[in-house]
Amino acid sequence: MRLLAEGLSARRGEDLIFNDISFSLGEGEALVVTGPNGSGKSTLLRVLAGLLQAESGRLRIEEGPAEFDHPRELSHYLGHRNAMKRELTVRENLSFWQRFMGDSPGGFGVDIAAAAGAVGLAGITHLPFGYLSAGQQRRMAMAKLLVAHRPIWLLDEPTAALDAGADRLFAGLVTGHLERGGIVIAATHQPLGLGSTQGLQMKGFTL
Amino acid sequence: MIALFLRDLKLSVRAGGGAMIGVLFFMTVVAVVPFGVGPDLNLLSRIGPAMLWIGALLASLLGLDRLFQAEREDGSLDLLLMQETPLLMTVFVKCAAHWAATGLPLVIASPLLGLFMNMNELAIGATMLTLLAGTPAITLIGAVGAAVAVALPRGGLLVSILVLPLAVPVLIFGVSAVYAAIEDPAPFLPPFMILMAITLFFAVIGPVAAAAALRHSAD
Repeated sequence: MRLLAEGLSARRGEDLIFNDISFSLGEGEALVVTGPNGSGKSTLLRVLAGLLQAESGRLRIEEGPAEFDHPRELSHYLGHRNAMKRELTVRENLSFWQRFMGDSPGGFGVDIAAAAGAVGLAGITHLPFGYLSAGQQRRMAMAKLLVAHRPIWLLDEPTAALDAGADRLFAGLVTGHLERGGIVIAATHQPLGLGSTQGLQMKGFTL
Repeated sequence: MIALFLRDLKLSVRAGGGAMIGVLFFMTVVAVVPFGVGPDLNLLSRIGPAMLWIGALLASLLGLDRLFQAEREDGSLDLLLMQETPLLMTVFVKCAAHWAATGLPLVIASPLLGLFMNMNELAIGATMLTLLAGTPAITLIGAVGAAVAVALPRGGLLVSILVLPLAVPVLIFGVSAVYAAIEDPAPFLPPFMILMAITLFFAVIGPVAAAAALRHSAD
């Protein structure tokens, strides 16, 4: 399976945020998007997630599963917000997303205890999500990537609010996903500690 | 889909959920009416059904603006929009859960409040039945307003104002069906059938319109 972007450009209001971005990612490949604040990293990821209409260009999947409309259906999106409910327990949150999302063809999500263990927080899944610290909340949001299988991970500043140990742990999760033939696109300021990756430097438009 | 329904139901009864607020508001509005109108029992029983309906309409509008806004604030809306599940199914299930958490308690509370208004058994039964048939329409209409105002920080009042004109027919036919049931010459069925038709109509239109609004609200 390959994810191809051809000549993507996006606009917010009147302003063109980026123009003519193309890349091609195969199984086990990662793309790290870097650039200063406001250069359009988040916008690019939201376009890839189908949450924002691209101004021009095309996004498609080659040699992938047959039935889907848009690559977003094969993607996990981890944005700035964690998409977890503070009032529900961690277990309820994760099991909701597991059941609601379901697995994409070609893989299976792990169960909730295993996902919590993988982010180093086994044993606190009975607590309401709102009780956790910011870093723990972020880790649990990452556990969401594991409970339902998606071949493509779109990560927007994944390691903000995390300590160094969690950084390494997260790099391990991403590496594991790549080894299983996944595709990762991450926007970040910090190095994620990944091995071989493609890079995309967003410069932004200077006025 | 069942997972979404159960999650929304749980959220509405946990701390900060809106389920009880609607019922409390409904009870407050209706309980205050006899004090304002005075102890004229005939008058109370005559205006009772209309008061119950107005109270129920306002109470169901109360929590509607949070329907999608709460999802947007914590980022869940992004994930709901990305799934393979058709968005209009997601919207419909969210409406169903919202109605079960806020509309159904109003229907259940209405007989008690009917007693406050000196209504007889027939009037109470007819009010309950029409509320049961009519309140889903209010939720479904409200979902469109909530979807349009999802990105506005204080969309609450705006949602009510957007939704109210569309909800007025529900009120008119709901109340007229109750009066038709208690006053002899008028037939009960025609207004009741129209009420049900309105609900069914918005069960189709509401989710489609709300889904379209949500798709275009993304930023």
